[in-house]
Amino acid sequence: MKQYSAWKVFKNGLTGQKDWGRAWRDPEPKQAYDIVIVGGGLHGLATAFYLAKNHGLKNIAVLEKGWIGGGNAGRNTTIVRSNYMMPGNRQFYEHSLQLWEELSHELNYNVMFSQRAHVALFHSPGARDAYARRYNTMRLTGSDGELWGLEQLKNEIPHLNYNDARFPITGAAVQRRAGTARHDAVAWGYARAADQLGVDIIQNCEVTAVRRDGGRVHALQTSRGEIKAGKVGFAVAGNTTRLWQMADLGNLPIESHKLQAFVSEPLKPLLDHVVVFGVGGAHFYISQSDKGGMVFGGDLDWYKSYAQRGNLPIVQDTCEAAMSILPCLGRVRLLRHWSGVMDMTMDGSPFICKTPLKNLYLNAGWNYGGFKASPASGWYFADLIANDRPHEFIEHFSLDRFTRGVIIDERGAGPDPKLHG
Amino acid sequence: MIRIDCPFCGLRDHSEFSYGGDASINYPPLDAPAEQWHDAVFLRENIRGRQLETWQHTSGCRMWLNVERDTVSHEIFAVWPAHRGYGRVLHAEKENTE
Repeated sequence: MKQYSAWKVFKNGLTGQKDWGRAWRDPEPKQAYDIVIVGGGLHGLATAFYLAKNHGLKNIAVLEKGWIGGGNAGRNTTIVRSNYMMPGNRQFYEHSLQLWEELSHELNYNVMFSQRAHVALFHSPGARDAYARRYNTMRLTGSDGELWGLEQLKNEIPHLNYNDARFPITGAAVQRRAGTARHDAVAWGYARAADQLGVDIIQNCEVTAVRRDGGRVHALQTSRGEIKAGKVGFAVAGNTTRLWQMADLGNLPIESHKLQAFVSEPLKPLLDHVVVFGVGGAHFYISQSDKGGMVFGGDLDWYKSYAQRGNLPIVQDTCEAAMSILPCLGRVRLLRHWSGVMDMTMDGSPFICKTPLKNLYLNAGWNYGGFKASPASGWYFADLIANDRPHEFIEHFSLDRFTRGVIIDERGAGPDPKLHG
Repeated sequence: MIRIDCPFCGLRDHSEFSYGGDASINYPPLDAPAEQWHDAVFLRENIRGRQLETWQHTSGCRMWLNVERDTVSHEIFAVWPAHRGYGRVLHAEKENTE
């Protein structure tokens, strides 16, 4: 096992950086595996890693139709937080944040997790009260949360628009342990760590058919041949419905929508926190990457789509929101914008659950929030696959919660996927 | 930019429209079993390709429209009023003017 260390950085610095070697193997797919995870995004890779690490399982493959880090793993705004309130979400996202805090050590890979604080602005007494309720719930359940008045906020972030904003800023709800991480590093770190534990990561391997043997999945037909599987896990946000229908399982409480993100040209240090702005119909979040680019995003593209490209009205909306709270960005040029396809669910909460097929498990429906969730998602999905029963933390992330009436609607928006942004 | 040919207002940018959702859903009668209502309210076919959906021309005539659209290429194949009565009136008017 090749561990990265400060000594290796020093040594390779002296030898022209020629001795690093590949981070993970590029194996040919075997004919059969005990466990096959479909989807080499953060959730699939994390699942494979924890299956090997926490449960000591071998003979695992991760199938990825493109390349590692090319899907939503590379199409997000890298924000990590646990400010969820609803039972079911609260403990799950808190555990995820705790896993983030040790992730670089766990993976022996610097995921550049930066606990720079998540600052959610509020603009009215009603919004402040709602945040007070939420952040007090967090404090009572083992997390951290603070309310900042206007003076403290001005002290911490002096260059927000305190002068003539259409909705004057009156304070902020803050989670200090929240922050950002480098998204590619998370994908690469999980891939490398899983590979070192014997997981086969098979890229350019698209599943084209699901072969069933009655109530079980027998094999997966892929672009690189047929692969037999003892157990199968789906972790393919955006395209979950397609795989589900390949397995002849009907419809899901999911619609695919796209969400854009943006990065500006690199600037000198400007913003130390993650700042979030949400009032009325507007929704905006921004942070500065370690390279200096302002990374930001806004709402969904408002209609269903499988296209990995964003529309222009949302570019305008998001830039208007940016200007309304950070007018100093007015002359900054946009470098790139991109779009990922989200599994938007009927209540805005995910699925980590068993399915009607005995050896098929589902990890899906991450809406806007998949990045921050990925460590705990992998952790509990691995636990589900290994033990064939849901851990109590994820027992409500089931498909039958809609029939049982125990929906987890954090936003209170009702059964309309496009509203759960 | 997608452009939607509103039967009442003509060709307009899609930023004038809000999105309804899947137009192929038929809601069951009020006294139908809960399972049928569950399927209609919560389950979606989530088609990748040509799909029937509803849009509302919120910044225009405010009429609800049925749109047949490709959910990958965003190409629009057909637009007609969601309300059948309006469709008939529109059709009759066109015939009269012709």
